[in-house]
Amino acid sequence: MSAVVKLSNVHKSFGTNKVLDGVSFEVGRGEVAAVIGQSGSGKSTALRCINALETIDGGTIDVCGHAVHDAKLDRRSLRRDVGIVFQSYNLFPHLTAEQNIMLAPTCVKNKSKAEARDLAHDVLRRVGLAEKADHFPEQLSGGQQQRVAIARSLAMQPKLMLFDEVTSALDPQLTGEVLKVMEDLARGGMTMILVTHEMAFARKVASQVVYMHKGKVWETGPGAMLDKPNTAELADFVGSGL
Amino acid sequence: MTYQFDFSSLLAYWPEFLQGAWLTLQLSAVSTVAGFIVGTLCAIGRSDGPPWVKFLVGSYVEIIRNTPLLVQVFIVYFGIATLGVRVSANTAAVVALVVNVGAYTCEIVRAGLESVHKSQLEAADCLGLSKPQIYWHVVIRPAIERVYPALTSQYVLLMLASSITSQISAEELTAVANRIQSDTFRSFETYIVVGIIYLALSFVVRIALWLFGLAVFVRKRKLGTAL
Ligand SMILES: Nc1ncnc2c1ncn2[C@@H]1O[C@H](COP(=O)(O)OP(=O)(O)OP(=O)(O)O)[C@@H](O)[C@H]1O
Ligand SMILES: [Mg+2]
Repeated sequence: MSAVVKLSNVHKSFGTNKVLDGVSFEVGRGEVAAVIGQSGSGKSTALRCINALETIDGGTIDVCGHAVHDAKLDRRSLRRDVGIVFQSYNLFPHLTAEQNIMLAPTCVKNKSKAEARDLAHDVLRRVGLAEKADHFPEQLSGGQQQRVAIARSLAMQPKLMLFDEVTSALDPQLTGEVLKVMEDLARGGMTMILVTHEMAFARKVASQVVYMHKGKVWETGPGAMLDKPNTAELADFVGSGL
Repeated sequence: MTYQFDFSSLLAYWPEFLQGAWLTLQLSAVSTVAGFIVGTLCAIGRSDGPPWVKFLVGSYVEIIRNTPLLVQVFIVYFGIATLGVRVSANTAAVVALVVNVGAYTCEIVRAGLESVHKSQLEAADCLGLSKPQIYWHVVIRPAIERVYPALTSQYVLLMLASSITSQISAEELTAVANRIQSDTFRSFETYIVVGIIYLALSFVVRIALWLFGLAVFVRKRKLGTAL
């Protein structure tokens, strides 16, 4: 199995604050990796490094054949292969759901308006929001906005999807509808890395759980590892009900 | 003592009032469009340009905002003449108004640009959009939508302030009024009439900008947000 994402001994500091301290893990094609850990353990930073939103101080990151650590990285070509969804949705407020989705395919892939619109309807259907195409973000619930954000990434047909606590701002019911979309994606064979506090979801959907602690990968294994942790820290973390 | 109003002697002048009002509208329209372009470019330069551009634009904006329009009009008018270029008073008036309103537009638009959250840029970047594409689709358009009400007020103000260009004898409404009142000796009545015409023009400009906003900013139209 070829790795879609491979981090080797990644180091990253913000000033004197060492945030990633030799992080290594890899994610194969079609795999779903759930990254968990306490607040401040470096989960978001790791994700942002994978997408070249942060530059790293040491180590290597390979993503879909791109050497992300390389200073000569072609960021825009990396962007074509990687989609990312944030906790705060970040939809463009002045565009409808459909226009939010059409923007990148028309600008980046030079698709015609008609093609892009078809594509938008297609991905909106996949996230169960076909009838909301003409709605502006502020007319949608948080869960719906987040599903549009996922659809917007999907429209670029990425090989890898990154999710950073995409349900943390949502109440339980809305969380459910977003998680369902992600589960469908996973079933469809999408390679995904998700930072999440939803332990039940991680256990159920993830093929690999990465527990981060103090900037290191403390423990990694299949979902079942959450039931019998090897380290005291993970036991603590799971036990704390987070 | 009671003043005897006499508007009848002004009746004969209505074509000239109309002519003046029309020129005021034309001056304002041209200055608004050109001022908007100048101001927007300056705003981009001042918020994202290299240091020397920031300095240049910053100086321009502060000089204009801290000197009287009348003085700016004279400087432009005599400045152009000194350069040996012959232009009409109307052209000089437009140039002066553009220079003036460009500076105010710059600051209004800049406030809009800076209100666009960094996370929006990041999201667009992650979708693979290029810098110029991000700027156009994700920064400028929502920024201008947001500050459009402030721009509208500024451009109504510009129309009213164009009255000052009568001082270099641009043939706009106030200049016409000055002439009529010296012909008729009916100064009070003349300026009452002119005041009413300015009120009507303000109304026209506001309506026009409001309709333009409705046409351009679909979201505001759909959501019924006030413009
Ligand atoms: N841009 C930045 N500049 C400076 N410090 C930062 C920056 N981003 C993150 N940090 C610091 O890096 C550390 C790890 O942050 P990170 O966001 O990766 O944690 P996290 O595991 O995602 O936490 P959470 O669960 O709260 O989202 C924190 O101490 C944070 O303050
Ligand atoms: Mg985080």
